[in-house]
Amino acid sequence: MTNSKDNSTVSNTMSKTSLSTTEKVSLSLKKRHQKEKRFKSIGLFAVLFGFMLVVVLIGDITSKALPAFHQHWVKLDVNYQSDWLKIDDVSEETLKKANYRTVLKKSVYQMFSTPSDKKLSRKDKRELFKLFSTNAEFTIKDNLIASPEHFNTQTSVWVRLDDDVDSYLKEGFAQGEAGLRIKEQQAQWLVKLSTEQRIESRFNFSFFTASDSREPELAGIRGALMGTVLTMFVTLLLSFPLGVAGALYLEEFAPKNRITDIIEININNLAAVPSIVFGLLGLAVIINVFGLPRSAPLVGGIVLTLMTLPTIIIASRAAIKAVPPSIREAALGLGASKMQVTFSHVLPQAMPGIITGAIIGVAQALGETAPLLMIGMVAFIVDVPTSVVDSATVLPVQIFLWADSPERAFLAKTSAAILVLLSLLLVINVTATVLRSKFEKK
Amino acid sequence: MNSSLLFIVLLSLTLFSYWFGIKRSLKVAGGSAYKKELTCLPSQFGLLTAMVCGIPALITLLIFNSVEQIVVEQLLTSTLSTTVQALSSIDLGLYLNNIRSLASSDTAQMLLQSMNNSSDVAVQGQYQAALTLQELYQKSTWLKTALVLIIAVGSVIILVSKFTLTFKARQKSESIIRALLVASSAIAILTTLGIVVSVLFESIQFFKSVPPTEFMFGTQWSPQTAMRVDQVGGSGSFGAVPLFAGTMLITFIAMLLAVPVGLMIAIYLSQYASARLRSFAKPMLEVLAGIPTVVYGFFAALTVAPVIRNIGESFGLSVASESALAAGLVMGTMIIPFVSSLSEDAISAVPNALREASLGMGATKSETVLKVLIPAALPGIVGAILLAISRAIGETMIVVMAAGMAANLTANPLDSVTTVTVQIVTLLTGDQEFDSPKTLAAFALGLMLFITTLGLNILALKVVRKYREQYD
Repeated sequence: MTNSKDNSTVSNTMSKTSLSTTEKVSLSLKKRHQKEKRFKSIGLFAVLFGFMLVVVLIGDITSKALPAFHQHWVKLDVNYQSDWLKIDDVSEETLKKANYRTVLKKSVYQMFSTPSDKKLSRKDKRELFKLFSTNAEFTIKDNLIASPEHFNTQTSVWVRLDDDVDSYLKEGFAQGEAGLRIKEQQAQWLVKLSTEQRIESRFNFSFFTASDSREPELAGIRGALMGTVLTMFVTLLLSFPLGVAGALYLEEFAPKNRITDIIEININNLAAVPSIVFGLLGLAVIINVFGLPRSAPLVGGIVLTLMTLPTIIIASRAAIKAVPPSIREAALGLGASKMQVTFSHVLPQAMPGIITGAIIGVAQALGETAPLLMIGMVAFIVDVPTSVVDSATVLPVQIFLWADSPERAFLAKTSAAILVLLSLLLVINVTATVLRSKFEKK
Repeated sequence: MNSSLLFIVLLSLTLFSYWFGIKRSLKVAGGSAYKKELTCLPSQFGLLTAMVCGIPALITLLIFNSVEQIVVEQLLTSTLSTTVQALSSIDLGLYLNNIRSLASSDTAQMLLQSMNNSSDVAVQGQYQAALTLQELYQKSTWLKTALVLIIAVGSVIILVSKFTLTFKARQKSESIIRALLVASSAIAILTTLGIVVSVLFESIQFFKSVPPTEFMFGTQWSPQTAMRVDQVGGSGSFGAVPLFAGTMLITFIAMLLAVPVGLMIAIYLSQYASARLRSFAKPMLEVLAGIPTVVYGFFAALTVAPVIRNIGESFGLSVASESALAAGLVMGTMIIPFVSSLSEDAISAVPNALREASLGMGATKSETVLKVLIPAALPGIVGAILLAISRAIGETMIVVMAAGMAANLTANPLDSVTTVTVQIVTLLTGDQEFDSPKTLAAFALGLMLFITTLGLNILALKVVRKYREQYD
């Protein structure tokens, strides 16, 4: 500054042509700070955008899922007349063979034709019958078998409404208005039913206790859940010991040579191979060469094992590496063999980290769909699988199958199944996080 | 005894031999008071005995099970009448399938009864064959049980007879364990080998009927081969260029979303955010990474695609209901946490001295980031982007659910395109004969996918490694 005072004339002429560095800086400072602010807000915006995506995704699926958790039932006055049932006595045998379809139809027609003067036309009858689930017939059958004293009397039975009717009632249309595959006449009947307080919304237990079905109002996730449990059982049983053993060898025993290098590069590359390629491997080798059954949790578990093995090995190696060398040296110094050091000192120390890694690997396997499509776990399966060689499907594949179904009610079912899957994953991940934080405190 | 029962028996035998090994070693020593006479601990004798009992028998069981069906059916075929043996391989397969289902559904008595009831000679032959099959399986089960048990018990007896005071039980058991550990780590290599061999083998079969040049450079993809040769589209065409183009388009859209957002998140969280925001934001974004892809696919197909369609139509654009844009944007969402966490690692790996020097010279934080940190971390960031691209290319469920099936060669993101993974899934789901070009095409596509992702992965590792050399 003193310099500029002394040569003020020089400085003045200078300022017209070029500014000193300090002045340049202070002049540009405002602009630079603005830029800084802009940059920072773009960053914040990106983070908030990420949050927004999470919230929109979860919110959208939850809002779509909620209707699936309750279901509308209707109370019918069922008349178990012997000539409709086409049986004369109520022995166990005859009850099983009786004609419940006729009972259901005639009882329903009776309910709707008595007050009105005109008879139901053939078309009306068909439309009327469509209001009820195909399962209604079996509900009234079970009812009579449970209490045969209703034979030849009239009694009230709660049955499920059809999925179209269920969706229609959930969408909140004005009373008696046609819409969503519901004709005006059908809507009028529904109004009549609800004014008589015959319609009730109940919690949908069958979503958790039933297996897959073509009828949305009957479909549940039990079969898929069981398939998931079996597949994960196989995956964990194979991938955990193999992964830990592989990691132990690479960290504790492997000599530093070419072969070890190749194994290491291999494991890292396998972790980046698309999951669908493992499905191709499963189809070509496990099913076509070794001849294991298609669609079985056993094959699914093996494929998912191969897929998650790199994850588990990498995580286990990190955990083993974190065990302080002093522990190894102390044990070796006391005369333990290398194997004894590894299994009685290193492994227990590394276990929490290894388990965390395994849990993360299993969580990854739990949500995997693509390789399982390749090995045929995509079939429509009604029976709940009981062993690892039964045909089965898993929860993510069930979601995929339902998402493809044209029936409107499956939309809610799919979202609800997603919600179940996400909650499972949440539980698993929280467990892993808790374990990890416990481990870190030590 | 069936396999699972045999397995349980084998397991209990193994446990028993652990105890038996301990007992025998103590006997060799002359009672537990003298166990110090032994070179190794009794429990090490037990461990060795258990392993010798279990491992060879288990391997035998596995091998037996994997070849059992093939051998038994070979034997069955040799007993069949010459007219059946003369059938073509496909018809013979059908015939065997028939017999298999007969043999598994009915008991021997029921089969015998139905055989006597029927008058048709061919039908009688089938029942007879089913009976033979049941007998053969019974025999093979007996053979399996005997073989496994003899191996288990025999090897224990031989081992135990060798026990002396100086028997090196620990060294022997440790070398077995070591071999097991080596085998476990070799599974990774076997998997890679299995992938390469199986995919390559099927692809070579495919390239025998479709020349590789047509596959790589052809622009027509319609794998629907007709049943008869003279029908329309009787040959099918396998030009995979539209699939590669579709994959590229969707990947490009995904990267357009994921790279800027992921990078900005990484910068903000590593340079600006408070510790509290970081500890909240990181798990929140990890949620995006943890959501299964089938969920993203559902979201893309049922929420994002209709929204994009509505917006496009309000501007008067025609948008396909399975637009590439919807699939790409949702895929981008999935990849954001992947890009952000890998770039954050790259940025925080830049030596702090560089950052402090830049700030000390009076640069603002954004200038430090843009002019110092990002150039220094660029190889790491490029590596992250390459890995993200490889992931986008291999992603299956989002595109299966949200992208189309029709192979359009277009660069318009509002059109419907198909990808390599979508075609693999469509070609292989459902019932297929295994050696039609349609099925084999899926393996050729799988080979391309494997090579591409592997190449990208190796490239990414190379780029990152080069960067490391700069500062070490």
